Amino acid sequence: MNDAAAVHVQGLVYSYPDGSPALRGVDLDITAGERVAVLGPNGAGKTTLILHLNGILLPQAGEVAIGGMPVTKANFKEIRRRVGVVFQDPDDQLFMPTVRDDVAFGPANLGLPGEAVDARVQAALDAVGMDGSGGRPPHHLSFGQRRRVALATVLAMDPQILVLDEPTSNLDPAARRDLADILVTLPVTAVIVTHDLPYALELCPRSVIINDGVIVADGPTRDVLGDAELMAANRLELPFGFDPSRT
Amino acid sequence: MSGGNGHSHGLHRPGDSPVHRLAPQAKVAATLGFVFAVVATPRDAFWVFALDAALLAAVALIATVPLTLVARRLVIEVPFVAFALFLPLVGQAPHTEVLGLSLSEPGLWAAWNILAKGTLGVAATTLLATTTSVPELLCGLDRLRVPRVFTAIAGFMVRYAEVITGELRRMRIARLSRGYDARWAWQGRAVAASAGTLFVRAFERGERIHVAMLSRGFTGELPPAAREHTPRHEWALASVVPLLAAAAALAAQVAA
Repeated sequence: MNDAAAVHVQGLVYSYPDGSPALRGVDLDITAGERVAVLGPNGAGKTTLILHLNGILLPQAGEVAIGGMPVTKANFKEIRRRVGVVFQDPDDQLFMPTVRDDVAFGPANLGLPGEAVDARVQAALDAVGMDGSGGRPPHHLSFGQRRRVALATVLAMDPQILVLDEPTSNLDPAARRDLADILVTLPVTAVIVTHDLPYALELCPRSVIINDGVIVADGPTRDVLGDAELMAANRLELPFGFDPSRT
Repeated sequence: MSGGNGHSHGLHRPGDSPVHRLAPQAKVAATLGFVFAVVATPRDAFWVFALDAALLAAVALIATVPLTLVARRLVIEVPFVAFALFLPLVGQAPHTEVLGLSLSEPGLWAAWNILAKGTLGVAATTLLATTTSVPELLCGLDRLRVPRVFTAIAGFMVRYAEVITGELRRMRIARLSRGYDARWAWQGRAVAASAGTLFVRAFERGERIHVAMLSRGFTGELPPAAREHTPRHEWALASVVPLLAAAAALAAQVAA
């Protein structure tokens, strides 16, 4: 296995069923252990890109490989173990009657025996600070707690690559902080799709900007956010008073 | 987006009584057994119905469920009972005079049969739902070997009913906030459009849930539920009520 490319995307092309192009040749390599922010305006193709990383969508041209393994139908089981996707709306992710059942869903799909599943559930809930909530139904949790449980459902699969789609959307500042504190402790490669630019700067040393289906910038997050012209050209804007060179 | 955080517990009333603590599969089986016993009781065996009602009252007492709560929840059977009230009016001869009305005797018996058995059955399931949370109920059904697909569908329904009613509530508030005030039938168009939108949204959510499931390695088969062994004394304890009801029903059948 080639550790140099935890994620390898080359010439990735994808059009929606109605023919409108979503990705027009994306090239992206991510090294194991990196945390990379994926930035870009609405409709740029960010979510379409991440759905290719675990084979929910398959490339119409180009290739995607995870840790050297091509994303093909034959490899789905292993690919989905390696790549954990936390979706934007936790209500889409948490569907079982209790938190414990939901966190156990992924490991059980991997075919792990009962005790191993229980251990994974416990470890994942501990990691997100939700131990003790295993018996509760997801809809009795606050939004921030549900987002953390959604993260646990993916951590329980022991992924090598964690993909988060808009992890801070709808979170209050304290829940946003809690989530950042958890994310920095995780020993995984992370791909974070976000509009929250200070969050990208805090968590991700590297950022890529995707616009209109291609990657238009790739570099250290501080440099990307500091390039006013590049930012404006891609409909990105720093929060009022925020100066990336001073944080 | 967020499904609201209403903390509605549905019919479940959390507690720590012996009835609450009993294994859910034993409670489900006991309720089912009790309902069968009630159905098998001859309709003129009044003492058996009285005994059944006393058994339920005893369970409610042990479970610290107020009888007034059970009574309030019995309201759900009203539409079914309303149908039973027609039977004495449209039934066949012989007729009997009650308060100046000529009522059919077989009709009266049929109405009584529906009313008594329906009420006992609804009261028993009310006690089950009041003392058992939905996740426990689903788990109990799993352990009773109910096919996984049924319990999974029931689980999805319970999980997303709240999310979708939350969406419905927000859409209604948004309508009202734009000055909508549906007083007349022809103003129902906006409500109909909202219902359509809600359907499409629910459908799209279903797709997103499916994608999220696939992402966690779902291959079309839900993982089997954990099968825990039910201690024998829990089965024994749970079987007291249905066995007594069944014995009484049998005695009445033999006597008849």
